Amino acid sequence: MAELTLVEAVNLALHHEMEHDPNVVLLGEDVGDNGGVFRATVGLKQKYGLKRVIDTPLAEALIGGVAVGMATQGLRPVAEFQFQGFISPAMEHLICHAARMRNRTRGRLTCPAVFRAPFGGGIHAPEHHSESVEAFFAHTAGFKVVVPSSPQRAYGLLLAAIRSNDPVMFFEPKRIYRTVKSEVVDNGKALPLDTCFTLRKGRDITLVTWGACVVESLQAAQTLSNQGIEAEVIDLASIKPIDTATIFHSLEKTGRLLVVHEASKTCGVGAELLARTAEHAMCLLKAPPKRVTGMDTVMPYYRNEDYYMIQEQDIVLAARELVEGWK
Amino acid sequence: MNVQALPMHRFIDHDGNLISQLPNWADLETLVGFYQDMVLTRVYDNKAVALQRTGKLGTYPSHLGAEAIGIAVGQALKSSDVFIPYYRDMAAMWCRGIGMEKNLQYWGGDERGSDFAPQGSPIASRDLPFCVPIATQCTHAVGVASALKIQGNHEAALVMCGDGATSKGDFLESINCAGAWNIPLVFVVNNNQWAISVPRRLQCAAEFLSEKAKGAGIPGITVDGNDVVAVYDATITALERARKGKGATLIEAISYRLSDHTTADDATRYRNEDEVQTAWQYEPIRRLKAFLINQGIWHDEQELRWQEQCKEQVELAVERYFNMPNQAPETGFDFLYESLPQELHAQRDALINKSMRMQGGKHG
Repeated sequence: MAELTLVEAVNLALHHEMEHDPNVVLLGEDVGDNGGVFRATVGLKQKYGLKRVIDTPLAEALIGGVAVGMATQGLRPVAEFQFQGFISPAMEHLICHAARMRNRTRGRLTCPAVFRAPFGGGIHAPEHHSESVEAFFAHTAGFKVVVPSSPQRAYGLLLAAIRSNDPVMFFEPKRIYRTVKSEVVDNGKALPLDTCFTLRKGRDITLVTWGACVVESLQAAQTLSNQGIEAEVIDLASIKPIDTATIFHSLEKTGRLLVVHEASKTCGVGAELLARTAEHAMCLLKAPPKRVTGMDTVMPYYRNEDYYMIQEQDIVLAARELVEGWK
Repeated sequence: MNVQALPMHRFIDHDGNLISQLPNWADLETLVGFYQDMVLTRVYDNKAVALQRTGKLGTYPSHLGAEAIGIAVGQALKSSDVFIPYYRDMAAMWCRGIGMEKNLQYWGGDERGSDFAPQGSPIASRDLPFCVPIATQCTHAVGVASALKIQGNHEAALVMCGDGATSKGDFLESINCAGAWNIPLVFVVNNNQWAISVPRRLQCAAEFLSEKAKGAGIPGITVDGNDVVAVYDATITALERARKGKGATLIEAISYRLSDHTTADDATRYRNEDEVQTAWQYEPIRRLKAFLINQGIWHDEQELRWQEQCKEQVELAVERYFNMPNQAPETGFDFLYESLPQELHAQRDALINKSMRMQGGKHG
């Protein structure tokens, strides 16, 4: 068993699936000899050749469209966008075609493609390299949207995404690409794409989060525990569809919901979680549900970035307010 | 300027005169077949517009003036090739075995119009549905052709678009990539001179749209899109080149949009009637008919009979269209995913209840 970083686990999953399914092809900018700017595709071109690991011209709309075309003809393309902030030119292909191919042809053609992109801030990157726009895709019918937050989950969820017969938006939290190392079993086992993961049990409050914020949420849970508050921490992982059953089950116990995400607040996925809780689980609540999110601003350039990132303390304060303010 | 009169790859001129020796493939029987297909296309097109005008069809893009391009492309493709059409491609799709009623079904607001399942048309079962968002199909075609190359078959893909599409990044990214990757792909541009209300000269400063091929490093050719012989000849040559692994080709076929952009458009708002009248002198059916009559292989009597047969054929297709039962309203949920996520079951049930209420208690 190897100790791997999250990005190495992504690479391992790609190796595994390319080895076992000749229809899997990779495409994107610099994914070949360079192995991707974050090295997620390292070693794959050397192993599987340029027919299956394809450096595209620098054209994101093309990447989106080419993956759609390939997917209609029996391939399973895994397309990489170098940063989520560069995905905009491809939106027409993702929304109008990838997410609709099955519906438009009444199932005659499908789009079993994965669109990978590193996302989120906190690495002092230049402008347009720090976005968190998972809600764009969660709002669009036809996608599955997935965000891993640990090496093993990155491995298992990516396998599931590649094997899915529907298009999957797979967003990788680049801030924790290399900060965590843990054991990853290369067993070819996919994780479910419709289930969240309870990372820590607790009786007082339910923290629902995903991506890099999982790290601060777990730290906050430890701090809270030292202060006598036991937080249940749930990694949502599947942004669409949402496993509300697990969340409501947790709320039956805690009665308090705190959603933590790096993306902007307004119309973020947290809003959807709160709305569903209000619609279906209001009676479970002991306190109004709450969000700790990114601001409704453009991500600032890096000198002020930290002020806009979610700190452990933000989560601790919000959680204490919910628990201590609503006994 | 009447660009249709410019010198370009052409065999039969607008008066039906042979101006260049016919290619070997072009025996008169084949040309009669093309002619009959083009007439059928026009009869269908007139009927479709009439159906829209009488409220029996949604917005429809007429194919008037595009008959030679559609039939030439449709006949040039082999069953093993993959066709990536645009929305003015009913003729080529019909050549691929897709019934006219499927086209009516699509424009009649039913998604099943794009379901060319193997039992409906084995030839077209891998073909893409046409794209309404302009030029997007070009990038899909790059993906299709790449897949054909990766899979190692001697097949080609062919994508169609209009002149307006050549202004879009998707088109330029696609021809660029097709050149770089040396993939088996043929681009056919139906340059009908108008992108809704914007004339060709305001879309691009190049004299010919085929010149865009130069920057992509692929061959580009401009052909008379009103001459079915020229379009077919260029298309089979480009397809053969693609199948042999020699790469992509851009064909610009110059035609004229004799109709409004769609039935929702009124071209008299922006287009000079004199220009349209001139264009009618160059249209594809008139010249081929004159040529075939000059050759003594087509006569007025046959023409009358064929027109009648076309009408019968079209009427039968319309009848099939009228007899298609509606899809159940909830089918909007049934093809979103391979299996419907749990969270959508409640919405689907709600939709069924709502549709029953709207139908006064009857469902389906």
